[in-house]
Amino acid sequence: MADIPHEAEADLPPLEVPDVMPPHAHSWLGKWVFSQDAKYIAIQYSGTAVAIGLVALVLSWLMRLQLGFPGTFDFITPEAYYQFITMHGMIMVIYLLTAIFLGGFGNYLIPLMVGARDMVFPFVNMLSYWVYLAAVLVLVSSFFAPGGPTGAGWTLYPPQAIMSGTPGGAQAGILLMLLSLILFIIGFTMGGLNYVVTVLQARTRGMTMMRLPLTVWGIFTATVMALLAFPALFVACVMMMFDRLLGTSFFMPALVEFGEQLNYGGGTPIAFQHLFWFFGHPEVYIVALPAFGIVSDLIAVHARKNIFGYRMMVWAIVIIGGLSFIVWAHHMYVSGMHPWFGFFFATTTLIIAVPTAIKVYNWVLTLWRGDIHLTLPMLFALGFIVTFVNGGLTGLFLGNVVVDVPLSDTMFVVAHFHMVMGVAPIMVIFGAIYHWYPLITGRMLNETLGQIHFWVTFIGAYAIFFPMHYVGLVGVPRRYYELGEASFLTTPVDGLNAFITVAALVVGAAQMLFLFNLGWSIRRGRDAGHNPWRATSLEWQTPDVPPRHGNWGDRLPPVYRWAYDYSVPGAPDDFIAQNDPATPDPQAVPHGVRP
Amino acid sequence: MRMALVLVLIVVASVAFHLVSPWWWTPIASDWDYIDNTLVITFWITGLVFAAVVLFMAYCVFRFRHREGRKAEFNPENRRLEIWLSVATGIGVAAMLVPGLFVWKQFITVPDDAVEVEVFAQQWYWSYRLPGEDGQLGTSDPEYVSADNPLGVNPHDRFGADDVIVEGDLYLNLNQPVKVLLRSIDVLHNFYVPEFRAKMDMVPGMVTYYWFEPIRTGEFEVLCAEYCGISHSFMRGFVRVVEQDEYDAWLQGQPTFAEYAGAVPDPARATRVADRPEP
Repeated sequence: MADIPHEAEADLPPLEVPDVMPPHAHSWLGKWVFSQDAKYIAIQYSGTAVAIGLVALVLSWLMRLQLGFPGTFDFITPEAYYQFITMHGMIMVIYLLTAIFLGGFGNYLIPLMVGARDMVFPFVNMLSYWVYLAAVLVLVSSFFAPGGPTGAGWTLYPPQAIMSGTPGGAQAGILLMLLSLILFIIGFTMGGLNYVVTVLQARTRGMTMMRLPLTVWGIFTATVMALLAFPALFVACVMMMFDRLLGTSFFMPALVEFGEQLNYGGGTPIAFQHLFWFFGHPEVYIVALPAFGIVSDLIAVHARKNIFGYRMMVWAIVIIGGLSFIVWAHHMYVSGMHPWFGFFFATTTLIIAVPTAIKVYNWVLTLWRGDIHLTLPMLFALGFIVTFVNGGLTGLFLGNVVVDVPLSDTMFVVAHFHMVMGVAPIMVIFGAIYHWYPLITGRMLNETLGQIHFWVTFIGAYAIFFPMHYVGLVGVPRRYYELGEASFLTTPVDGLNAFITVAALVVGAAQMLFLFNLGWSIRRGRDAGHNPWRATSLEWQTPDVPPRHGNWGDRLPPVYRWAYDYSVPGAPDDFIAQNDPATPDPQAVPHGVRP
Repeated sequence: MRMALVLVLIVVASVAFHLVSPWWWTPIASDWDYIDNTLVITFWITGLVFAAVVLFMAYCVFRFRHREGRKAEFNPENRRLEIWLSVATGIGVAAMLVPGLFVWKQFITVPDDAVEVEVFAQQWYWSYRLPGEDGQLGTSDPEYVSADNPLGVNPHDRFGADDVIVEGDLYLNLNQPVKVLLRSIDVLHNFYVPEFRAKMDMVPGMVTYYWFEPIRTGEFEVLCAEYCGISHSFMRGFVRVVEQDEYDAWLQGQPTFAEYAGAVPDPARATRVADRPEP
């Protein structure tokens, strides 16, 4: 561990923390397994998240087979069906999306983008991954427990979650689920504190907050939110565990189960819902904000244009993050809570549409008069905008309390949240992987496979979820193992359901192509060289590709400008890297708003 | 080029599906056409925004796609445009929110002439209880639940003896506003009739409610709309909206609690429950 000397530069502020090279690992185990390098931890996080995500993908196939072709598959019993939907939802929201955006992209990109050598607490960062892995293993173990995993729905609403009418409710399933969530939150907290402190304290000289790429702003804000929101889920899990194991009644009123009085009394199930959604709604934005940030950067790089309205974009992220803490009960309009809450929560929810709309406008205005390269990252970014706008707009139905009444608990809700926090963020994950894979491996992903992957995924996912809204609009409730004869249907939905299932099978299969591409291109991909996208942000300016431990060789990069100097008039190239001191002709720059 | 075309096709296909496909809501049977109207307003506003944004993207992708020698315009921000767009969005949002809140006020304000009907849920079937001749429902509690008192009606409450216990279909009087009192004794359920548009969770430990006015006769399916365990999707029933004389004939055939339980409660033990909690 040694201080690295560097000459003072008059026009740059000094470092907030001294430039210290983190200790290099000496053993194979220390480098590859118990790694403290954020880049390796990022890959461990992402690999684990994708692996468990594949389980969720298979589960979604199985549940779609039941919905599309009910009665055809004997092994899909009601118990199994509810276990499939529960585990699919939980894995996707927590163990895949949250983990990959924060643990994966956060770890890889934050130190590189802010110009740091690593996260500020590398050991805690390593611990974060291993606790996350333990959480995933506990989750997986519930598949093999007697009675199988919990089938309580991913929202785990008591009383049913811990009663015998629900799969895993009276057995180990629900306990393993709660334990796994508790572990996940512990692991995340260790990582999350790291990301926040690194962004606040370890930025290189000249990297002011208002020069950060929006990717960092998105991940940073999401992490702060997660640190505030996850504790609500943590206590809810602990209390429900006590209700189940110790006979407390936090969420359990006096109950009768199949004619017999149970030993509970005095609790209220709605309290759990408030705790769950106080976490659960910010969670939507914990997934969405990193996606917002990353997609902003993808669009700017591949349209060769600065992101339009950078300052507004930053403030929109922060405002959305703040507002998302006072909208949670819009998930509970028909929960039986006091009806006057509806006025307040409908108003706050619809207000959040304004900063969100601003972000959408600024993305499409960035395309305006750009130089749009339709690369794979750009295609996925465009796919994100379409699906996000679609899913965001249906949120205006569900957020507007009285419109929610007929739609709540129907397939419309399922379609809405899959479009807005399933398909849209996953589009960004794919775009981001196509964008940064050359940095991580030094090679490009195969273009042909990528094109097939994009078109099948984008059109296929839209074909799954767009018609699903109408299944809900006609009145089909969600979490129905079998609709059967339904007298309220004016037109049967069987054909539509079968169509959706076929689309889901095809889209799922296309992901195998993507996984193959990831493996194949590591050795056989085209050599990426240095900065293949000609991007300005710091992660592409490392002395080595892929960046080595410590990221920056013997000298941290000084930063002279924001991350969006694309196509600056008077500059020789169509981009100027953040650490490039060259000043373009100031007369040629329209106004002095560039941070 | 291909992407621009696909974007246009997505808008065209989505709008066409919305307008032409046969999947639309089931014909309404309650007076909540206000809800339907608010929903239609929302469809129009959001549909326009969706088409506008995606078509604008399609235009940009086509017009500003990379060609040799093309250079992007350098344009960091435009305060006036951003404020103008924010205000326009705010107006659009208000145009959906304001009617929505007015209708919500109606939804939670029960008219004075509404009659009360208790809907009772347990895993996994529906029962109902109507106030008897005294016009009042007796109190209830899970502790009273037993084989001959499955609804847990308080046997000591004199208001309960004449309550009508309904197992099977529920009949409702045409054009008579109803306040459904929703009660569960095990897990969450939700009393949902698609034709009535309204729904509300039933939460053990409390009584929830909503109201509506049936505006056409017919047989309407009851679905449970809040996940309640493995037989959730099989928890079905029927509501029949009928004319007055048919309703009266049906009511005659239903047992009171006293008849149902097979014993008349001892008047000496009966307690008057003075302050009955308003659900």
